[in-house]
Parts: sequence; C-alpha cells; structure tokens
Amino acid sequence: MKGEIYRVAGPVVTIMGIKPKMYDVVHVGHEGLMGEVIRIEGDKATVQVYEDTSGIKPGEPVVNTGMSLSVELGPGLLESIYDGIQRPLKVLQERMGDFIDRGVTANGLDRERVWEFKPTVSSGDSVKGGSVIGVVQETENIEHKIMVPPNVSGTVDEIKSGKFKVDETVCVLANGTELSLMQKWPVRMPRPVENKFIPRRPLITGQRILDGLFPVAKGGTAAIPGPFGSGKTVTQQQLAKWSDTDIVVYIGCGERGNEMADVLNEFPELQDPKTGRPLMERTVLIANTSNMPVAAREASVYTGITIAEYYRDMGYDVSLMADSTSRWAEAMREISSRLEEMPGEEGYPAYLSARLSEFYERAGAVKSLAAEEGSITVIGAVSPPGGDFSEPVTQNTLRIVKVFWALDAKLAQRRHFPSIDWLTSYSLYTQGLSEWFAENVGPDWVSLRENAMDFLQQESELQEIVQLVGSDALPEDQQLVLEICRMLREYFLQQNAFHPVDTYCSFDKQYKLLKAISKYSDMAQEALESGIPMKDILALESKDELAKVKFEEDFDGVLNTVLDKMDKEFEALGGN
Amino acid sequence: MTKEYKTITEISGPLIFLEKTEPVGYGELVHINLPDGTTKRGQVLDTSADVVAVQVFEGTGGLNEESGVVFSGETIKLPVSKDMLGRILSGSGEPLDGGPRIVPEDRVDINGASMNPYSRMPPEEFIQTGISTIDGTNTLVRGQKLPIFSGSGLPHNEIALQIARQAKVPGSEEDFAVVFAAMGITNEEAQYFMEDFEKTGALERAVVFLNLADDPAVERIITPRMALSAAEYLAYEHDMHVLVILTDITNYCEALRQMGAAREEVPGRRGYPGYMYTDLASLYERAGVIKGRKGSVTQFSILTMPGDDITHPIPDLSGYITEGQIVVSRELHMKGIYPPINVLPSLSRLMNSGIGDGKTRDDHKAVSDQMYAGYAEGRDLRGLVAIVGKEALSERDQRILEFADLFEDRFVRQGRDEDRSIEDTLQVGWDILSELPEALLTRIDNKYIDKYHPAHKSN
Repeated sequence: MKGEIYRVAGPVVTIMGIKPKMYDVVHVGHEGLMGEVIRIEGDKATVQVYEDTSGIKPGEPVVNTGMSLSVELGPGLLESIYDGIQRPLKVLQERMGDFIDRGVTANGLDRERVWEFKPTVSSGDSVKGGSVIGVVQETENIEHKIMVPPNVSGTVDEIKSGKFKVDETVCVLANGTELSLMQKWPVRMPRPVENKFIPRRPLITGQRILDGLFPVAKGGTAAIPGPFGSGKTVTQQQLAKWSDTDIVVYIGCGERGNEMADVLNEFPELQDPKTGRPLMERTVLIANTSNMPVAAREASVYTGITIAEYYRDMGYDVSLMADSTSRWAEAMREISSRLEEMPGEEGYPAYLSARLSEFYERAGAVKSLAAEEGSITVIGAVSPPGGDFSEPVTQNTLRIVKVFWALDAKLAQRRHFPSIDWLTSYSLYTQGLSEWFAENVGPDWVSLRENAMDFLQQESELQEIVQLVGSDALPEDQQLVLEICRMLREYFLQQNAFHPVDTYCSFDKQYKLLKAISKYSDMAQEALESGIPMKDILALESKDELAKVKFEEDFDGVLNTVLDKMDKEFEALGGN
Repeated sequence: MTKEYKTITEISGPLIFLEKTEPVGYGELVHINLPDGTTKRGQVLDTSADVVAVQVFEGTGGLNEESGVVFSGETIKLPVSKDMLGRILSGSGEPLDGGPRIVPEDRVDINGASMNPYSRMPPEEFIQTGISTIDGTNTLVRGQKLPIFSGSGLPHNEIALQIARQAKVPGSEEDFAVVFAAMGITNEEAQYFMEDFEKTGALERAVVFLNLADDPAVERIITPRMALSAAEYLAYEHDMHVLVILTDITNYCEALRQMGAAREEVPGRRGYPGYMYTDLASLYERAGVIKGRKGSVTQFSILTMPGDDITHPIPDLSGYITEGQIVVSRELHMKGIYPPINVLPSLSRLMNSGIGDGKTRDDHKAVSDQMYAGYAEGRDLRGLVAIVGKEALSERDQRILEFADLFEDRFVRQGRDEDRSIEDTLQVGWDILSELPEALLTRIDNKYIDKYHPAHKSN
C-alpha cells in the first residue's frame, strides 16, 4: 500500500492514504527513511522517523512494511556494534563514510558469513517454541543455540547439518515451516518464558563497594543515578568489563560520541578475567550517541533488551547496561511534545512510569521455554538534572529497581571513586544472597559486612559532632571509630578503575581486605581498653601499609607480611 | 524559475505562516523579499500540505502580507574555503570586514551529519594550555569538548583568550586554526576579543563569526552551526587542528527558548524547550577526531551560569553532553586569584586517556588525585576552623589546611601571560605536596615518591 506525506515537523511526520497498524514500520519519502507509526487519527497517522528529515516534503510517497520494529536474532550478534535500530555501524561506515547519512538500510546480521551448524534433533522429533534444534559455535566460548521461534511448533521433517548462512533453511517442520539460523522478534514485545523465579546468585562485579556492600543478584535490577561528573559511565563500563555473566549488552543511549569511541576501542583489547578471551567476544554494543536521531534513541533500549532476552532463552546469564535511561526518557518526552500530548510531571509523558516498569520487568532469572535457566540483570544509569533525585525519572526508577547505587558529586570532587554514597545506597538482595555468601565467600562475611556498615553509620553521626567541636574533643574510643572508618573508606571502598590490579578485586581479596581492617579494629580496641595511648595505636606503620595492599600484584604475600607486622607491633605496644 | 509566494497569513514574533504553497521541504532555506526591496532569510520549521511555518533569521521587522517568499529548494549551506582564515563574518556568514565574498571551494550543510561512532578516534593527544589548573588537574585533549562554566563578571574571556594564545601540542608543529563564534555578546566584548586576536597575530589563522547582542536572536541559532561547519571543513578537508570557541552558550539557549515560545511549544524546565538536550548535543558532539584523517575539532565553549547556579538547565544539560567542565569561581576571583578556576567541581573526562607515561609524565594522575583529595579536605576544614578555631584541629588537619592555601596560592594562581609547561606544572604540584607528611600521600605509588618527591629525588 502506498500513501503520502501530509506534514513534516522535525522527527515527527504525519502521513495519509494508508491504514497502518500501531507500531508498523514505514518508509517515508523518496529516500525511504525508516519510521514507526505511533498514532493513528482518522485517515492520518503519525510516524516517528529514525533519521534526519531535512528536505523531506509533503506529498512524497510512504510505504508500509506491515511489520513492527523487529531485530534479527541469530549468530553474529556478538562482537557487533549497532545503532539504535540494529544497523551495524561498521556497515554504515563502509556505505556512507565517516558521517551518518540517511536512507541506508543494513541488515542486523551479516548475510554472507557462513556458520557451522550442528543439529541436536533428528527428523521425527517434535519441537515447540524455544526448543533447541542445533548449535553454532559463535565465538570461542559461546555456543549459540538455534531455537525454534516462540510461536512455532511441530514435528521435524528434515534437519540439515554443515555450513550455512543465517538466512538459509536448516530445518523443515512437517507443517511446512522452514527454520533458518535467524529469527526476527518485535522489540516492543517481551519474549515469552516458562516462568520467573527469585534470583539467588550474586552478580560478581569485582567492585568492592558493589559486591561487598550493595550486591545485585543475577536477574536483578539496579539503578545508578548521579549528577554529571560523578562517575556513572565509568561505573557502567567497569560493570560491562568485569561482570561474571556470559553475555554483556551495553547500550549507549544518548551517550557522548568520544566515550563510545573509547569503548569501541578498548573492549576488543580487554580480556575477560574468566576466560582470558577478548571481552568483545561476549559483548553486543549499541551506540546511539546524543546527536543521532532522537527516535532511534527511543528504540535503542528495546533493541538491546530483546537481544539480551534472546541469549537468556539459550540459558545464559546476561547483563544489560543502559547508559543512560534519562536520555531515553527524554527522547520519549521530546517525541511526546512534538505529538502535542498532554504532559505529565516536568513535561515527561504520563506513560513514563509505565514504560520504565515495562522495561525493567524484562529483567529476571527465568526458566526459558526450553527449560534452561538464564537471567538478565539490568543496570540502568540515571542522569537526574542538577543531581536532584526527586525528579520523575529517578523516582519512577526507584519504585521498580531493587538496588540503588547513589552516586555523589561531593565524593567525586574529593576523588573518592567509585563515588557511591554508602549511606543512601541500598540493596534489597543482601538477605536473599546471604546463604550464597556464607557458602562461597566466608562464613563470617555477612557479619563483617554488617560491622563495616555499622561503623560507617556511626561515622556519619560522629562527623556531625566533629563539625561542631573538632575531632580532638571526642573521647578516644570514638576517635578510633573515625580512624577505622577512614580506613574502610580509603583502603576498602575506594577503588581505582584505571589501576591495572585494583580495577578488579575478587571476592577472595575483598574478604581478606575487610578482614584485615576488622583485625586492626579489634586489636586496636583491645589495646585501647588496656590503657595504651591512642596516638601510639594510630602510629602503627602496618596500618598505613595496609593502604596500598590492594594495588599489589602479590596481594596475599604483601597482606600476610603486613598482618604479621601488625601482630608484632601490637605485641610491642604491650599493655595488658 | 522559482516561484514567489505572497500568501503570508500570519506573522508572529520571528515566525511567518504561509498557505497554498507547492510542497516545501522541512528545513529548507527561505528568502523573503520585503516591499522596501530588502531581503531576509529564514528556514522552514513545519511543513504540511496546508500551512508552512518559517522562522526568519533577521527578525520579522518590516514584514507584511505583501512580502514575497521564495523557497530555495535546499537546506542552509555555508560556502567554505581555506581563504576564510583571517576573515570576519556575520552570524549568518556574510562578510563584515569589508572584504570580498568568500569564493567557495565547497558548500556544506550547516547542520552537519552525525559522526559514526565507529569512525571516531578516541581523543588522546594532550593539549598544553599553559594553565596549571587545566593541564595538571583537568587536562584537555584534542577532539574534546570542554566548556568553561562561568558567571557574570568573571574573567572567562581572559581565560579563553589565554588558552587560544597558548594552546599547543608539545613537540609538534602542525597547522592550527581558531574558529571563534560570538553569540549575543556585546560589541565591547567582541572588540576585546578582536583586539587580542589582532595584537597576537592570531587573526590570520582565525575565522570569526559575530552575532552581537543587538543582532536578531534567531540568527544565534545558526551562528554556531556555521562556525562548526567551517571548523569541520578546515579540520577534515585541510588537515588543520581547529579550536572552536563558542561564546556565549547561554545566549544561544535563550534564543532557543524564545523560538520555542514563539512556536507555542510545550515548555520544559524553566521554559526551555524539551529538546534542548538534543539541540545542544547537535552542537557539542561536532567535536572529535576521525580515524585516518589528520585534523581535529576541539571545542572550548563559554557558558555563563545564570545566578552562578550549576544546576540551571543550561549548564546542567551541557555538563551531561560535554566531556567535563572548567568551573570559574567567584570566591577565588574575590580573593584576587587569577585564573579563578575551582578544580573541585571541574572535570575533564578524557584526562586519563591524555596523560601518563609517553604523553605527559608517569606520575601525572597520582599527583593530580593527591592534590584533589588534599584540597577538598582542606576546604572542608576551613568550614570547621570558622567554628572551632585553628587550635582545635589535630596536627594532621592543620597541615592539610595549610596545603589548601598553598594550592590556591601557588598552583592555581599564575600570571595572565605565564605559559607553564607540563613539567613546570607538575613541579609546582610536587613542591606543594612535599609540604605534607609523606604518610598522607596515600594516592601516590611509592615508586613515584622515590622518583619525584623533592626529599627523595636524587640529583
């Protein structure tokens, strides 16, 4: 069916002459710019266009594809770098040069690349949606399972083996349905699962304040809100680099181009700490920088989560980082205002909260249709204007997510990184994960953590007094608390993302480090009680040496030396 | 033969509305012929089969329903050429210096196209500005966009000029150009810039676009786009390293708000349009370096924060797009310190990729972090001293308090013509850090202390 353009106002185009369905993808204008129907009114329909509309005139033709916005799912997703509507940036560069032109379509998956397909079913087997019919080795460590699309079932009539391109038929069902290595799925619709369950395993990130104090579970949701310059992006990138999931989907939504370039440059060179392979081999990057079309930015989050769901269905643990969901919300606002919709809070559309919860709800630990256990952990950055957490995006996000990592500009200014505020952040998973911690980290881990939190809480109260009377006026035991908190902050919580050793800290190291601080704390308190002057306890060299243990290649060796010295020094202090 | 329409039905602020036109393209350039013979230019904002809305750059004064409107059939283009260097142009690209028109080598769309992130080179080439608070603690690199967040009455212009004069990549002699775009600044301020450019000979390698305070506000919307198009052309076609100075972004945003109000759009925060983030991004994101091309575009914009409020929408949205910010502080200015840059809220996000061994020096990051930490704590202690007096502080705290003073006095403060090399800057850093007890230098690896600390350094 063909229609024509009635009106053009920026990324919003009104068309007439065709009767599309909601969310149908249409091509508008002589150049065939891609867009999506977002409102239907009488004989007119409103389209948000994913490309620049300069020069487009009323009267130009419109073609409806009849399909809603979909992504291509199949081998070749990993190591790819896409824009918001799954066009590979590398292909765009080959076709259009260094600047993004318009009217170019590109397949999400490479049609020429050949994959070795090994079937796992044979003819006569009955299959249903989600059943695995074979595997493809996508990268060194990721076996890509070829699944029957969720809405298809039947008996296998013919199954092939050997080398195939993604769109070639590898399996024919008795009812005539042909299956290839690739399937399509509309991005705005969650992929179905058998059931969801409560997540019980932590996502190990190697970041002490996250793993140690505010852990997120595999299949959980977390938000990182913070004003600009407080380290959101660095934290997100650290998570993308070091999280112990099988697959990472990183969405740069309205991000800076140079930062994205940095990610694109760095990831292929970084090694996965678990497998030693390049991190890129488990990563899908979606880059829609702030100056790329706003409608594609709105779509990028859905594109990302759909790809994440696809790998989850294979039984993988997936983590998805969205940086930043505020830019996504702003894209919604911008389009909403062009549609002249009645605005809700601060100009955001009234459906903001619904869209955010729909998105986060696509996370979870699940049993897939093929009875595989997989998970998606969603970590969304939020950029509140002026660092004010009471604004609508932050508030609506907090109502949904279970973990809140609050970034604080004051800490960042003090170069305390990661600048996550330990007093306002929280994790609702600590209880549910404590069993796992007791088994896998140490039986006393939970109490160590609680002690540390307790100290930090005391510090904030003591600080108020110090502000009034100065620290010398405090009794000695409270001065000791302040010192221990300083150690906790500087030796444990602070972590240098750019230091080769400190950038990733295993649970084992976290445990030993916290235990060492706790050891000093216990011995110091004991010594104080037996009458040793405070200044002598504070002057121990081993205490200061503990500061730099985290940077050491030979962590255990240096730590043991420091701990031995600590024993000796306390002994030398004497007192009984 | 292009048609002239005399179908204006409404004139409202900077906008005109026309009926019964042939199909008109979105964003098309429009010429408006006034009854008195003058011509104005505009751009299509909204186009439908029934009504076309046009924003008029030179203002709608003198327009009436008799005026004729001609659609050019193309979007706004800037004629560009290497000969633009040394020229002074108006905010819409017309020569102001009495010289001939630019003979174009090419005509480029002023909106530019977004750079494919895949084609970008991560910026990592250190630019030495000669100002310690920038080089030492908030390093600028080629291809970065780093604005100055300032306030009314603060010496941001002087800082920008000092940077324009001194900026260089140590040890390289490459083609360098400045593109200067004034948006709504006063004639006096513009004169100040021009005089300095002329005095230092910088004008020969500069392209100047001037939209002054009394020029139409709408023109301000295209001025920075013209400037950036010229910059991109010089950078990517003529392999030059271009430093773009846009001043003042706040005036630009005011013009955006004015346009939004004229179009009766739903306003966002404080009346600024909801798309301001995207709009600003379309300016700021035009900085960068492209793989395989020699030139680069670095942006150094000036933004005056209304009421010194960093959470105001203009600095706030800018901060989310730019790669950091240099914050000029009224408090330091009052103390008589030049340049009054407060390093604590300042930030360069690309600093880590531009510094270190082989770029600046191996100890750079550690020194910078240590100074930051010390100064932040020292400033906190000042608040405490005001209540309890200096005597109530512990020995350690007193040393840190002194460090904060030293930092302001020796590291921040420098002469208006003092061009410190990065070695000088780091040396000053070590000099003041060495006043602290060594046990407090927890951010610095022992190997750097052995290598650079004045007490250890073996000479």
